Amino acid sequence: MNIAQEAPAPAEHGYNVLGVPLAEVIVGLIAFGVLLFVLTKFVFPRMESMFQQRVEAIEGGLVKAEKAQAEAAALLSQYKAQLAEARTEAARIRDEARADAEGIRTDVLAKAREESDRIIAAGREQLAGERASIVRELRTEMGSLAVSLAGKIVGESLEDEARRRGTVERALADLETAGAR
Amino acid sequence: MITQPGFLASEFPPGVDVFDYKTLIPSLEGSMWAGAFTKLSLLVWMAVAIIIVFFLVTYRNPTLVPSKKQWLAESAYGVVRNNIATDIIGPQGVRFAPYLATVFCFVFVTNLWSIVPFAQISPNSHLAFPVVLAVLTWVIYIGIGIKKHGLLGYLKHSTVQPGVPWWVHPILIPIEFLSNLILRPITLAVRLFANMFAGHMILLVFTLGGVALWNAGPLLLKPAALGSWAFAIVMTLFELFILSLQAYVFTLLSATYFQSSISEEH
Repeated sequence: MNIAQEAPAPAEHGYNVLGVPLAEVIVGLIAFGVLLFVLTKFVFPRMESMFQQRVEAIEGGLVKAEKAQAEAAALLSQYKAQLAEARTEAARIRDEARADAEGIRTDVLAKAREESDRIIAAGREQLAGERASIVRELRTEMGSLAVSLAGKIVGESLEDEARRRGTVERALADLETAGAR
Repeated sequence: MITQPGFLASEFPPGVDVFDYKTLIPSLEGSMWAGAFTKLSLLVWMAVAIIIVFFLVTYRNPTLVPSKKQWLAESAYGVVRNNIATDIIGPQGVRFAPYLATVFCFVFVTNLWSIVPFAQISPNSHLAFPVVLAVLTWVIYIGIGIKKHGLLGYLKHSTVQPGVPWWVHPILIPIEFLSNLILRPITLAVRLFANMFAGHMILLVFTLGGVALWNAGPLLLKPAALGSWAFAIVMTLFELFILSLQAYVFTLLSATYFQSSISEEH
């Protein structure tokens, strides 16, 4: 009710509700100006740069994570490739070893066969040689034996060179042809 | 207030004189500078000091992962920057964010005095302070409008509505001129002023009314006094809501005016 009475005559009381005193305007301007200056100069630009840094940090983190993931994937595929390579290598070595063993086996067999063949051949040769020498010995011995035997039987010396040689040769040739037959 | 009920009760019902703050420097009494050194001016300076100290302290060593205080300071600016400046004006609104954020902080803290014990009055309940802010906003939005469209272009931009029959223009152009170029700063200032003025009045009515009821004599009225004080507390909480809302609205409307000045279409 006081308001209703006073409103028409504010001047009477010396206070005008809608008054805009210059002193207050100046205070407001300076105070707000100081605030605006300090915040705009020293605070908000730093916040902007902080926001920017944060955006970059997050984006950088994402890029880094992506890179790490790609790296891990590359390493994994590399390891897998290496593993596969090692496996084929092992298989190859095994195959080679098997082939080598086979080769060595056949080699050894071949050598053994050769050796046995050689031994057999040598034996045969030796045998043949001995046989020939025995035959030769026999031949000379048999000649003299037969002559001395015949001489004893006949009682006379058949030392006549021409006869003896012819007779013995003939007899031996007969013997040989009889043996060969 | 209970210790000195007689003194306070004599003031009931509160009149507009409760807003007449005398100067704190007696020698200035009666001069034109009296208004520059009142309790309200002191509160304005304190608000400015508090905001500056708050921001400088919380943002002394900013880190990428913010501390709680740094986060609070960043949100004060970030909300105005992202939810008001960028949302309403668009990507170029970021350049108005410092001004809008300063307006928001200034209005919010000066409003907050209205419910801070022992201050309990907002400087914005004196028309002069809202007028300063509203005129600044007005100067800026007219300035950026003229810069973008040229003087005549901006006058046309803000007064001529497209798609209107030609014979409506003689009526519409003066109305648009009045509302867009003259009344906007006035409504902006008066809205803030009136809200804080009325808020203070309501708190006084319930607080001083409680004192008056308590002192009225009959025992039957004592509970009514308690009820009145309880309601003063409720209204204080309501005032907190209103003062935040007014700070937000003032900033929001400033951004809207900026947007209307630099928009291509009407």
